[in-house]
Amino acid sequence: MHTQTLALDRLDQPGARQWPRYVLTGLAIFIIGLFLLLPLAAVLIEAFSEGWDLYVQAINDRYTWEAIKLTLLVAAVVVPLNTVFGIAAAWMIARFQFTGRGALTTLIDLPFSISPVIAGLIFVLVFGAHGWFGSWFAEQGFPIIFAVPGIILATLFVTVPFVARELIPLMQEQGSEEEEAAIALGAGSWTMFRKITLPKIKWGLLYGIILCNARAMGEFGAVSVVSGHIRGQTNTLPLHVEILYNEYNFTAAFAVASLLAGLAILTLVLKSLVEWQQARSLERATQ
Amino acid sequence: MSFFRKPLLAFSASVLLAASVAGPAQAEDISLLNVSYDPTREFYQEYNKEFADWYKAESGDSVTIEQSHGGAGKQARSVIDGLPADVVTLALAYDISAIGERTGKLPADWQTRLPNNSAPYSSTIVFLVRKGNPKNIQDWDDLTKPGVEVITPNPKTSGGARWNYLAAWSYVLKKELGDLSKLDNPEFADEVKAAEQKATEYVTKLYKNVPILDSGARGSTTTFVKHGLGDVLLAWENEALLAVNKLSQGEFDIVVPSISILAEPPVTVVNGNVEKKGEGAVEAAEAYLEYLYSPVAQQLAAKHYYRPVFEHFADKEDLKRFPNVTRVTVQDVFGGWQNAQKTHFNDGGVFDAIYLPQ
Repeated sequence: MHTQTLALDRLDQPGARQWPRYVLTGLAIFIIGLFLLLPLAAVLIEAFSEGWDLYVQAINDRYTWEAIKLTLLVAAVVVPLNTVFGIAAAWMIARFQFTGRGALTTLIDLPFSISPVIAGLIFVLVFGAHGWFGSWFAEQGFPIIFAVPGIILATLFVTVPFVARELIPLMQEQGSEEEEAAIALGAGSWTMFRKITLPKIKWGLLYGIILCNARAMGEFGAVSVVSGHIRGQTNTLPLHVEILYNEYNFTAAFAVASLLAGLAILTLVLKSLVEWQQARSLERATQ
Repeated sequence: MSFFRKPLLAFSASVLLAASVAGPAQAEDISLLNVSYDPTREFYQEYNKEFADWYKAESGDSVTIEQSHGGAGKQARSVIDGLPADVVTLALAYDISAIGERTGKLPADWQTRLPNNSAPYSSTIVFLVRKGNPKNIQDWDDLTKPGVEVITPNPKTSGGARWNYLAAWSYVLKKELGDLSKLDNPEFADEVKAAEQKATEYVTKLYKNVPILDSGARGSTTTFVKHGLGDVLLAWENEALLAVNKLSQGEFDIVVPSISILAEPPVTVVNGNVEKKGEGAVEAAEAYLEYLYSPVAQQLAAKHYYRPVFEHFADKEDLKRFPNVTRVTVQDVFGGWQNAQKTHFNDGGVFDAIYLPQ
């Protein structure tokens, strides 16, 4: 951090060549504008192209509400589960040496490297009517695929890495001295976790949760495979956007898309806040 | 399940559904799932309301019909994999038969259960071209000319795409043989073989002109209409009429080829699924499909650009929109859908041999 500031100071000195800086900054702004801001603006413009009333009407539709509810439900189940799993996995990997540790670390990354379509198909193969367990679950009156449980499973799979990936490097870097000290001083493991571990990882954890939530609400590929696209029943927000688009309801499609875009922006704002907090707490710790 | 009584969380909805499967048949509130193909969205949206009102008055039961749409092949695949369709209204008979064969959820003779091979409406394949027909596309032969981009979906997943392909094939056979009855006559075996060779060459060239294969008919229409790709869209007549009349008036023209195919999208009850929901649901599902043949529904079908089986129920104005087309049948040219599917679209079939993605 310190050397970086020094290098920048040197760039500011008279005589230093200025143009590379401007060119690079300009290029970055241009690329961000072209690939990020322009599409976002297009979504909003298209969404409001027929006025505010139609926008509200598009959102205030029975099926849109069902899609919003389902999306929130999926996130409400998936995010806590993956948070608990992420903490547990990161704890194991960062604090203990055991055989298969490397393999576990790689496995957690698996959903990142697998195409979401494959992720969805895996569940169809396992829980579909002709899958390994599918007919048994269907007979119990609790179908998995083409029903809400399948959507939750697929989303769970796709979002597994977010929290764990955030915590593993953080916890490895922090080391375990303070925790060992706490144990030596007689703290139980829960007390140690609550008073020592959690405060140290909280910003990283929050960061992971935010990313996990964003993906859980926005996942399309894997969910599309297991959903069955039943309106009002197994239709999440991203799938609903596709349906509306396919029905030539372009305004409605973009109106619903703008909800997802709004969610993305909110996520970014929260993420920046968390990053800022994290930097501050780091600063305080080093002082 | 009415909207207000519907539980907040879809999760509990599926639990409720499970409970109603186990419990005694409740006749008051029935929820049915209609798994359909791509372009029927608008028609069923309107028909479902009509039917629910009529059925409520008729029997006192409230029926909510949920819809699922997609390429017909893909939709059939989903039902086979467990999508709990109570009725299927797909693009072609083969896909429905496949559901019966793989799951045993409907009888082999399902197509005889309703009039007209269980197809309450029919359609055909036409060409949609850009205004003024700049590439001067008049008939099937024009599609294979160099520089003509043809938009059609993937026959592996889409029903409409298979009708497109079979219509093209029929055109060549008819052109080469003159009389399609030669197909069944062993005397002309050599001539038929030569004609089939020509047809293979034709579809090979045709699909060389196809830049993208969407998974369903609706995807192809969007590609052509909204994204502006291609010179000609091979489309369901109803999709083409919808594009011309509703989407963007004055931007497209319909070209009717010299010969096309009689496309019959059939409907049937998936007994194995709906019976789990009880007597009331079975009755409602059967009524739902039978009512498709009623004057109201036939009129509605014509309004949404499907050719009704009973034309006299339709509005005269609506009927005027259907051009005169010579339509051959799958039975006459291919000996039924089972044969057509096996020869052309299954793995290792003609389509696999001729289609090379570029």
